[in-house]
Amino acid sequence: MTDPQSGEAAIVLQVSDGAVSLAGRPILRDIDLTVRSGEVVALLGANGSGKSTLVKAIVGLHPLTHGEVRMFGMPLASFDQWHRLGYVPQRSTITQGVPSSVWEVVASGRMSRRRPFVPMLRADRDAITAAIEQVDLTNRTKHQVSTLSGGQQQRVLMARTLASEPELLVLDEPNAGVDLASQDGIASTLAARAAQGATIVVVLHELGPFEPLIQRALVMREGRLVYDGLPGPATERQDHDHHHRPAGRLPLSPGVAAPLDGGA
Amino acid sequence: MFEVLLSPFMIRALVAAAVTGLAAPTVGTYLVQRRLSLLGDGFGHICVTGVALGLLTGTSPTVAAIGIAILGALLIELIRATGKATADVALALLFYGGIAGGLVLISFAGNGANALQGYLFGSITAISWTDVLVSAGLAVTILALSLTLLPQLFAVANDEDYARTTGISVGFYNMLISVLAAVTVSVAMRTVGLLLVSALMVIPVATAQQFTRGFRMTMFTAMGAGLLAALIGVTTTAFVDAPPGATIVLVSLFGFTLTAPIGVLVQRRRKARVPFPLDELPEAHDTVGEPHRHEHGEGCGHLGIEHGDHIDYVHDGHRHAVHGGHYDEH
Repeated sequence: MTDPQSGEAAIVLQVSDGAVSLAGRPILRDIDLTVRSGEVVALLGANGSGKSTLVKAIVGLHPLTHGEVRMFGMPLASFDQWHRLGYVPQRSTITQGVPSSVWEVVASGRMSRRRPFVPMLRADRDAITAAIEQVDLTNRTKHQVSTLSGGQQQRVLMARTLASEPELLVLDEPNAGVDLASQDGIASTLAARAAQGATIVVVLHELGPFEPLIQRALVMREGRLVYDGLPGPATERQDHDHHHRPAGRLPLSPGVAAPLDGGA
Repeated sequence: MFEVLLSPFMIRALVAAAVTGLAAPTVGTYLVQRRLSLLGDGFGHICVTGVALGLLTGTSPTVAAIGIAILGALLIELIRATGKATADVALALLFYGGIAGGLVLISFAGNGANALQGYLFGSITAISWTDVLVSAGLAVTILALSLTLLPQLFAVANDEDYARTTGISVGFYNMLISVLAAVTVSVAMRTVGLLLVSALMVIPVATAQQFTRGFRMTMFTAMGAGLLAALIGVTTTAFVDAPPGATIVLVSLFGFTLTAPIGVLVQRRRKARVPFPLDELPEAHDTVGEPHRHEHGEGCGHLGIEHGDHIDYVHDGHRHAVHGGHYDEH
């Protein structure tokens, strides 16, 4: 998908002047972001910097309070080609309630391509089988997801998304709480998708096994994008487990408290 | 002794029990998956107003109950869709409003209080063929929708946020599950009674999920368990003078209790199969075959460094440790 005039790859995802407030509290501000077809972008930042909120806003789970998200050129509100988007959440409710099998959970990823009252087609079955195979869980197809390890559950979430054969993959911390072997597995699955031309936006706490894959890094801090460029020293995780408190209050709109202001 | 089972009122009761026993756990599976096991109870409360309206106006209490219950279901999903923490309290208000309103309305209906009893506790042996046919028709509709839309309803109940990103109309399917639950309650109120409807939606599912590994299998097993409990319950009351609704629920509970020890064993075996998280995979290592004049050990003159479960020794500019008949480079 290349623009015939400029020679640049088509824009897959665009956020312009985006802002998100949750329960009246501003979380994201001034987000401008363009992702082109085939790019592999990492979204980095400390805990609480707004990475997950941004990703949820992009896939339509958090409404923007300002600005616009365009997916494959369409405003998100009128976007209807959901099978082109594949979202992998950080946490999921798949292990709760009634038991569900790996196959059933992965099959629910096919919903963006299936119509109500139409039985599962050959193509659906093949896509589900292939997705389970890609994350190396073929021997667990009939297992109950809640009896799998954390890493295997993450791979189930991954397979569920791959089952819809999406062009744009949006992943929220796929390596959080996941054993190294599964992290490597997820990274190599993503590499295979990228090699086939998929566009990938992945939230990461640290690059880890994803490092060779990432072409571009975005760094967030306190709800804003503060870096957009090649992954490198600027994006490497600084071993800080605390925030430096600025003296006084941050220069924000009057009456709006920032997380670092201290006090309530 | 068994001819009582072939009497017309018994056959009607068995048919009504069978359709309820099949339909209630089907919808119940979705409710348990959505962690709304007690929603059926709430609809039971709301239906009291419907029944009271029906008795008061001289129309069919069942039809009035269905109407009010569906209205309640729509209201509940609207409240839930706001996603507020107060939604839980709002539901409670709605449920208690339903039962209190119903009780006040019924007091205006003169002899209605007695009639209400039949709906609160069930009156399966007193129902007519028309009632049975209406129940069966509604139950078939519930089953048809629950089963044909299973992929959509499962996706929404299993992971609502993810389902939204696949373009499914989450709000619609949530509402559909609620409406199905409301209609199920109205259908089952003649069989097990409004106060016990929820039990028939939840207990068979609880029984089934001890053994099953998948959602579909849980639903089908629960349907079997519900059907069995309903038939055994009604048959029992042909010989023992006990209220049928309560008997069905007790049989269902008995089934759960009976299978629970086996269920615990099955669950334990499955849990044991969860793999250990391996923090560090054992890596392939280089070995060196150099000759040694002595065995490394405490006070051998080489610097010892603790390394996991063994001690490495620094030796000619490298670190190694004895492993079987050779030395591993570390």
